[in-house]
Amino acid sequence: METAKKRMLTGNKAMAEAIAQEMENDKNVFVLGEDIGKYGGIFGSTQGLMEKFGPERVLDTPISETAFIGAAIGAAAEGMRPIAELMFVDFFGVCMDQIYNHMAKIPYMSGGNVRLPMVLMTGVGGGYSDAAQHSQTLYATFAHMPGMKVVAPSTPYDLKGMMASAIRDDNPVVFMFHKSLQGLGWMDQLDYAVGHVPEESYTVPLDKANVMREGKDVTIVGIQMMTHYAMEAAERLAQDGIEAEVIDLRSLAPIDKDTIINSVKKTHRLVVVDEDYRSYGMTAEIAAIVSEEALYELESPIKRLAIPDVPIPYSHVLEDFVLPGPDKIVETVKQMMDEA
Amino acid sequence: MTKFEEKQPSVSVDKLMWMYEQMAKIRYYEDQMVEAYTEGKSPVFNIGEGPVPGEMHLATGQEPAAAGMMVHLTKDDTVTAPHRPHHHAIAKGVDLKKMTAEIFGKESGLGKGKGGHMHLFDPEVKFSCGGIVAAGIPHAVGAAMANKMKGKDWVAVAFIGEGAANAGAFHESLNLAALWNLPLIIVVEDNSYGISVPKTASTSVESNDLRASAYGVAGAYVKDNDPVAMYKASEEAVNRARNGQGPTIIEIETFRFLGHFQGDPELYRDKEEVPGLRARDPIMKLRQQLLDAEHVNEPELEEIETRVKQEVDEAYQFARDSNYPKPEAALDDVFTS
Ligand SMILES: Cc1ncc(C[n+]2csc(CCOP(=O)(O)OP(=O)(O)O)c2C)c(N)n1
Ligand SMILES: [Mg+2]
Repeated sequence: METAKKRMLTGNKAMAEAIAQEMENDKNVFVLGEDIGKYGGIFGSTQGLMEKFGPERVLDTPISETAFIGAAIGAAAEGMRPIAELMFVDFFGVCMDQIYNHMAKIPYMSGGNVRLPMVLMTGVGGGYSDAAQHSQTLYATFAHMPGMKVVAPSTPYDLKGMMASAIRDDNPVVFMFHKSLQGLGWMDQLDYAVGHVPEESYTVPLDKANVMREGKDVTIVGIQMMTHYAMEAAERLAQDGIEAEVIDLRSLAPIDKDTIINSVKKTHRLVVVDEDYRSYGMTAEIAAIVSEEALYELESPIKRLAIPDVPIPYSHVLEDFVLPGPDKIVETVKQMMDEA
Repeated sequence: MTKFEEKQPSVSVDKLMWMYEQMAKIRYYEDQMVEAYTEGKSPVFNIGEGPVPGEMHLATGQEPAAAGMMVHLTKDDTVTAPHRPHHHAIAKGVDLKKMTAEIFGKESGLGKGKGGHMHLFDPEVKFSCGGIVAAGIPHAVGAAMANKMKGKDWVAVAFIGEGAANAGAFHESLNLAALWNLPLIIVVEDNSYGISVPKTASTSVESNDLRASAYGVAGAYVKDNDPVAMYKASEEAVNRARNGQGPTIIEIETFRFLGHFQGDPELYRDKEEVPGLRARDPIMKLRQQLLDAEHVNEPELEEIETRVKQEVDEAYQFARDSNYPKPEAALDDVFTS
C-alpha cells in the first residue's frame, strides 16, 4: 500500500542534494565556480552548499575559467575531488584547452598513472531566446573527444543519482544539466523539472540509457529536453494507435549501444532527436551505430531531428523553427509509418 | 568663457552638453526597456516570455563611462562592448530604431532578429558587442591594429566590466597592444560586482588601472562615477592613442542601479545599497553642474530631455510596429554572399 507521499524535488535541488551528501561523506570533495557561493549557482545547482560547508569548500571564483578549471585538474591530480561549474557550456571556448588537452588526456598520457577524479558541471540548452552564445548544448563537441565521461540526465532522480556517481568516479566526468530541467522559478514551469527524489544517497550508473516508455512500432532516442518532447509525442502518437518506445540516452559517453539496438530489434524503426547541431552529432552517431550493428533490422530509413546547421537565433520565431519539438517528432514518426 | 570653463579650462561645455543629452537618452532608453521587458512576464515571471525575451542586462547608472569616452570619438573609431551594451551603443550613435528592433527580435533589427540584446552589430559606426565576458577586448586590439596598418589615427576602445579584467583575454590583449604600441583603450566599468561576486572577492588589486604598469601602459582612475572626470581621463587616453603613444586602461567607479539582469533577486547585496547609489545619480550631478555654470537654463535642459524621449519613443514604436522575420530566415546568413 503506497500511502506515503512521494518526496518531490526540482532538478537543481536534486543535484545540490547529491553534492551535499558526497561532501559530507568525503572531505576531499569541494566545489568551485562563478556565483556558486551565496548565489547558489545561477541555475541553482549549488544552493545551500555555502551555508552548509562554508567558503573553504565552496569557492566563488573570478571570471577566470582557464585558471579555475585548470586548478581543478591540478587539485584532482593531488587526490582531491573537485566539482567545477562552467556556468553555461557555451563558455567552454575560453577554457577548452584545459578540458580536452589536459582533463581528458592526462589519465591516458600517464598510462593510467594519474587519475583525475573530477566533475565539470555545466548548464546547457536553449528555447528561451538567449541567443547564439547562451543556448547551445554542445553534447557532441564534448562526447566526440575521448577521455571524458559525458552525461546529461533528464530527470531529478537521475540528476541526483548520476551526480553522486560522477563525484565517486575516478575519471573526469562532464555533467551537463539542462537549464529548463532545473525547475527554476524564472523559466518555463515544466512538470518534468520536478520529480520523485529519495532523501537517502543513491547512485545511477553513468553508462546506461533508460527506456522511459515501451512500445513496439518505433524507437525514439532523445536526451534531456528531447526525451521529454519524445514522451509528449509518444502520448499523442498512442492516440493514433502508434506505440513508440522512448529511450532516454542519459550518457553520451560511454554510449549504451545495447539498449538502443535491442529496442530497434523490437520496433524496426528509429528516430533520433537532438537539441544539438545536426552534422557530426549525436543523431549521426546513433544512426551509424544502428547501421553498423542492426541495419537489417530496419524497416525504414533512420530519421534524424536536430538543429539544422545554424547558430541558435535570438528571435523566438527563428529559434522555434530550428529547435526540434513534439510536433516535429509526431510528424516525422507519422511520415515514417505512412512510408512503410 | 562660462563659469565652468573658468574653473576647468580644458573642458568644453558644449561637449558636456552632448554628454548630458546622451546620458539622458540612455537613462530613458533603459527605463523603457525595464517596462518592455516586464511585459508578458506577469503574473509569473518567465525569462522566455513577452516581446523582449531572454537575458536583459541594463546599464542604468553607468552612463558616464559611455558618454565621457564617446564624446571624444568619431564614427571612424571602433568600440567593442560586453553583455551590458546599450549605453555604449547609444553614445556611439548606433541606429536606435534598428537596435531596438533587434532587441524585439524583429526583421528590421540590426541583425534581422538573429542576434538580440547581447549581440548588436552596427558596422556603420563601428560598434559591436557580445555575450562572452572579455571577448571584445582582442577584437578591439585587432581594430587598433587595422587602423595602424591603414595609417589612420583612429582608435579602438574596449568597454568591459571589472569582472572581465580577471579573464585571460584582458591580460593577453594588454600585453599584445603594448608590445605593438596599438591605439587601444580599455575602459573598465567597476560596478562592484560580477553578477553576485563582489570585486573585493574576485580581484587581487584594488583597481585595474594599477595593472597598467605590469604591461607598461598608461592607467587612469575615475572615482565617484564622475562624468567630468571621465571626460578628462578619456580625452587624455584618446589623444595618447591617436598620437601613437600606445594603450591606456581607464577604470571608472560606476553604479549598477539594477540587478545583474532583470529578474535578479539581488540577495547578495544590502537593501540600502541601491538607494544610496541612486542618491549619487551622475545625471543629476552633471545637470546641476551645467546649471551652475550658467551655460544652460532649466527650460533648455527640459527641451533636451523632451527631444531624447521622443527619439527613444520613436525607436520603440518602430520596433513594435516591425514584423517578425519569417521562420525559414533562420537558415540564412550562415555564410554571406
Ligand atoms: C567567459 C564567460 N564567463 C562567464 C560568463 C557569465 N557572465 C556573464 S556577465 C558576468 C559578470 C560580468 O561581470 P562584469 O565584467 O563586472 O560586468 P557587469 O555584468 O558587472 O557589467 C558573468 C560571470 C560569460 N558570459 N562569459
Ligand atoms: Mg561588474
